[in-house]
Amino acid sequence: MNVVSSYLILAAILFCLGLYGALTKRNAIIVLLSVELMLNAVNLNLVAFAKWGIAPSLTGQIFSLFTITIAAAEVAVGIAILIAYYRSKATSDVRDMNSLKR
Amino acid sequence: MEAVYAQYAWLVPLFPLIAFLILLAIGRTTSRVGPIIGVLAAGASFVWSLFVLFEQMKGDGMGYVWNDLEWIRAGNFVLEMGFEVNPLNALMLAIVSFVSLLVNLYSIGYMKDDARITVFFSYVALFTFAMLALVISENVVQLYIFWELVGLCSFLLIGFWYEKPEARAAAKKAFIVTRVGDVALLIGILLLVWNMPGHALGFTNIANAFANGEIAGGTATLIAILIFIGAVGKSGQFPLHTWLPDAMEGPTPISALIHAATMVAAGVYLVARTYPVFEASSDALQVVAYVGAFTAIFAAIIALTQRDIKRILAYSTISQLGYMMMAMGIGAYAAGIFHLFTHAFFKALLFLAAGSVIHALHEQDIFKMGGLWKKMRLTGWTFAIGGLALSGIIPLAGFWSKDAILAEAYHSQPVLFWIGLITAFLTAFYMARLFFAAFTGPAETDDAARAHESPAVMTIPLVILALFSIGAGFVNIPGSERLAAWLTGEAPSDHSSVLVIVLSNVVAVAGLLLGWLMYGKKAVPQDWLSGRAGWLYRLSFKKFYIDELYEYLIVRPLRVFGYFLHLFDEFIIDGIVRLLAGITVGLGRTGTRLQNGQLQTYGLVSLLGIVILAVAFVGWRFVVNAG
Repeated sequence: MNVVSSYLILAAILFCLGLYGALTKRNAIIVLLSVELMLNAVNLNLVAFAKWGIAPSLTGQIFSLFTITIAAAEVAVGIAILIAYYRSKATSDVRDMNSLKR
Repeated sequence: MEAVYAQYAWLVPLFPLIAFLILLAIGRTTSRVGPIIGVLAAGASFVWSLFVLFEQMKGDGMGYVWNDLEWIRAGNFVLEMGFEVNPLNALMLAIVSFVSLLVNLYSIGYMKDDARITVFFSYVALFTFAMLALVISENVVQLYIFWELVGLCSFLLIGFWYEKPEARAAAKKAFIVTRVGDVALLIGILLLVWNMPGHALGFTNIANAFANGEIAGGTATLIAILIFIGAVGKSGQFPLHTWLPDAMEGPTPISALIHAATMVAAGVYLVARTYPVFEASSDALQVVAYVGAFTAIFAAIIALTQRDIKRILAYSTISQLGYMMMAMGIGAYAAGIFHLFTHAFFKALLFLAAGSVIHALHEQDIFKMGGLWKKMRLTGWTFAIGGLALSGIIPLAGFWSKDAILAEAYHSQPVLFWIGLITAFLTAFYMARLFFAAFTGPAETDDAARAHESPAVMTIPLVILALFSIGAGFVNIPGSERLAAWLTGEAPSDHSSVLVIVLSNVVAVAGLLLGWLMYGKKAVPQDWLSGRAGWLYRLSFKKFYIDELYEYLIVRPLRVFGYFLHLFDEFIIDGIVRLLAGITVGLGRTGTRLQNGQLQTYGLVSLLGIVILAVAFVGWRFVVNAG
């Protein structure tokens, strides 16, 4: 078992935790946090392959920097939407967020 | 001399067609203009057909054929469309358009209060068009098209008052029963296509092929019989006659049109048109003659006991058509057409007069009329003339034509002559019965007591037809057979004999006398035969149980068969369709349930999809690597 495997396993665990949270949690904030967790698991993969991959290069690390930036922006937008939604509907439960159904 | 008018003979059916299209377009909005258009078109057709007819009369059988319009080309088979004018169809054109004109005129009065009068006139125009086009058709296929169109129009008109269930049933019956004949005719035409040299289907080609013996023997007999079955269906011969009396459910002017000029005449015309086919086979001629003779006497016996004025006339039509067929069968081609010609006048007259009576009384049972002679003078006189002409009293039109047939029969097949003679007696008797029961004696009901004469627009056609019923016979009297000579183009063989003339008049007068004694003077009790031989009366009254026989032998078994087919359709065919529909609906329902707007459910489904894809991909790789 080489070094990269332990990174990958950690990332996989993190990703699954995030996925589980995103699919099961009722609070939209928690769902947003879980999505962040999944993104960070991906970042971990990128960094691990950039160091220990077959052809190591700096590209992976730079890529993960971009991801972190975009994730920050995404969270900002997401939180803004949630606040706006809470103001109008007085709820942050994802089960109630189905008004686009029809 | 060139045939000028004959070149434009196609105008004759064109007028009613245009009238039909106009009436169809204006629909039921205008009930005033509709009848006028119908009458004008029929009038124009009649005038033009007279030009064609007179030209043909002058020109000694100079025909005109135009068939340059190529219709179908399949390999070396070419079918052309066109029209033909010869003495026979020039005469038919005149008869059809004449009767149609009078029926149109009469209908203005008869149908005045009907809400759908424009529709009625459009159907009549289409009917007239179909029959006229049938008459001038140049080849068999073209004839068949118009033949079916005539059948369709009669269906529409018999069922014109479709709110009456009897009318609906009668229309369906007419359509289905004649269809039996039509199928035979179609097979006959297919056989002709098969056997004719060069697959030529023009009537001229057919006549030549059969006259030269290119088709002979069994094939000729088969084709002739099949064509004849077609004619049997249309002309109401036994055993396909059952639709014709039921067709009385239509408006009375239509009965006149069907019985005198269009529908039933088409059958006789078909036999006349394809006469060379029949001449090529003496067996077929025998069949035609005997079916005709049997129908004549059979229908006359039924007519003896019917009570409905129109039904009596309907059976008399069947009987007279039997005469015509008999004439065709014994080789008296011209005599048959002659009878068709005179019959058109007096039968149209009888029906229109009966319509006048029905219009006044709203009653069709002759024993609920009575005493109409004084109240409806014009109708009474014209009906009497029609009845005498039908009975064959010298010198009315019916006598000359019936005499021509009987004389030919006496000359060639005495058996048929005697059948014809008995039929003549029966005819005279039932006409007398009808006349004396309806027109003389005391009024049987209040309606009959209040009866009044019909308006002039209805009586004028009666008078015109009465004049023709008196005079039309003189075109072809023994010793001067101008019609026969003109139709056949050769000197007629005169078989008339004084004996036949005397005999036919004696039996006709005897029949009338007996009818008068029983129903007019009431000197002979009306039930002296029905009281003694009740079964005979019942047999006749129930029309020999033919309808019941068909009901049990054909209709019921077919209905049972149809019921099973219906079940098969209901449960197997429909079942499969319903199953498929159910599956689709079920899938749709499940799909809708998934679309619940819950983002997390969508996410879960996507995840499941990816997992399935991943498992499948890995599994496939595993299998490929292992294999």
